[in-house]
Amino acid sequence: MAAYQQKSVIPGFGLTFGYTIFMLSALVLIPLAALVIKTTGLTWEQFQAVLLHPRSIASYKLTFGAALLAAVINSVFGFLVAWTLVRYEFPGRRFLDALIDMPFALPTAVSGIALTAVFAGNGPIGKYLEQFGIQVAYTWIGVVVALTLIGMPFVVRSVQPALLEVQRDLEDAAETLGASRFTIFWRIIIPTVLPALLTGFAMALARGIGEYGSVIFISGNLPMKTEITPLLIVIKLEEYDYFGAAALGFIMLVFSFVMLLSINLLQTWGRRRLVTSTR
Amino acid sequence: MAGGPSSDMIAELRTRPGRNTWQAAATRWTFITLSLVFLSALLIAPLMTVFSMAFSKGVDAYFHSFADPDTRAAIRLTLLTAIIVVPLNTVFGISAAWAIAKFEFKGKSILITAIDLPIAVSPVISGLIYVLVFGLQGWFGHWLIEHDMSIIFAVPGIVLATMFVTFPYVARELIPLMEQLGNDEEEAAITLGASGWMTFFRVTLPKIRWGLIYGVILCNARAMGEFGAVSVVSGHIRGLTNTMPLHVEVMYNEYNFVGAFAVASLLTMLAVVTLIIKTTVEWRGYRGKAR
Repeated sequence: MAAYQQKSVIPGFGLTFGYTIFMLSALVLIPLAALVIKTTGLTWEQFQAVLLHPRSIASYKLTFGAALLAAVINSVFGFLVAWTLVRYEFPGRRFLDALIDMPFALPTAVSGIALTAVFAGNGPIGKYLEQFGIQVAYTWIGVVVALTLIGMPFVVRSVQPALLEVQRDLEDAAETLGASRFTIFWRIIIPTVLPALLTGFAMALARGIGEYGSVIFISGNLPMKTEITPLLIVIKLEEYDYFGAAALGFIMLVFSFVMLLSINLLQTWGRRRLVTSTR
Repeated sequence: MAGGPSSDMIAELRTRPGRNTWQAAATRWTFITLSLVFLSALLIAPLMTVFSMAFSKGVDAYFHSFADPDTRAAIRLTLLTAIIVVPLNTVFGISAAWAIAKFEFKGKSILITAIDLPIAVSPVISGLIYVLVFGLQGWFGHWLIEHDMSIIFAVPGIVLATMFVTFPYVARELIPLMEQLGNDEEEAAITLGASGWMTFFRVTLPKIRWGLIYGVILCNARAMGEFGAVSVVSGHIRGLTNTMPLHVEVMYNEYNFVGAFAVASLLTMLAVVTLIIKTTVEWRGYRGKAR
């Protein structure tokens, strides 16, 4: 331990480090290993049979497609909201700013039933959309709406600090040199906030793919049509198909690792860009 | 929460030439209007619907729904879970932050990433892994049956799954905060003869208190509101293993909308209180780590 840890006068390394490793292993690492080990109990053919089952594939398409679309919508509107909150002063701005975190604080089951009530055919928004022939609840559009709500704060909270960093001097300089608003936007603002925007996009995407509670109420859960992959895992567990559940869970876990790594890389890139740009 | 424009910045902007054109005003109002429409449809409409549905059959029906023994059992179980989980994860978070922020050792960034793992995985996976460890076909399944104990489809499973999903909340708030605050004052206290515990309670704790409160309230909100992970391990036994979010689902699926939205309204109020405390802490100068 002495060689592993550099000398310090502060006590408590052994105790706190040991406790941290113990809790982390017992609660997180060993249970996650159980999922990996369970999956290795399957033969390659069995593993493939679960993953390439038409019902599984239909669920990936919906899960990835809806999460991707929601993340794109959030990149546009999240940027817009972040811009509005950072650049403009208007009555209720601070209230709106505090409200952005609502999807973090609100239990997903509550978001789920509330969104369903709002967007159902007789709901306050759903009834107007129905007149245009747009059905949101119990279709894939409902899944996108739920994932947009869940992912929204990731983009806004990621872009907001980056927008504050945009150097106004550069904008002014560009303007005096005759640049149009669009040129300023594309050549100065977008390059500065791009790493943060991509980080927010990746976070919203990662969260959207794993999301369960807010989706299952509004999606209607029709097999092959509006069934997300996390729900398919739950169905397999209810049928006591532990191997099937583990195989699908394993794939989602691998995807989570990849997303976690990408987000870390994006954040590192963003920090480096920020340091070089302020020099 | 990132701040908005400072009053200085706005005053300065007003003096700049070309900023008061009709174009600037049009852009400004388009942005504000679009933001408001987007947030109203996505956030404000669902929030209002929770209360309008809960009170749709009148105030009496709303309060009557809390007389249901199953609803009361669900509220009790949610409180019990939070009372067990939040203190345990708070102790873990402080301990992890102390080890990571106050000392240099190899593999630190890997440890930080490992602590963050539960946030990255799907809630369903969080429940699934405990079923694979403690369920009937799991590693300890036989042993548990032989000793007449159950974890899955029982309260211990709910507590474990909730601990997993809220595991990083306090730690990830405290680690960057304590790293930023540095070791100087602690080193001074130790050198002057204070014990480790005394240094923690008298020097470190007062410095990190806002970050700690921030982490604890977010941990608590997630613990009380967790749905996916708990849903997988609970077995949905009415009056026994239904937490508030699960009870919302059960009543909703039974078309008991007043009951479902009444419990949902309590959870919404919890979220509102959480946001109020969070915002207050931020106004006191603490800037939370972005999620």
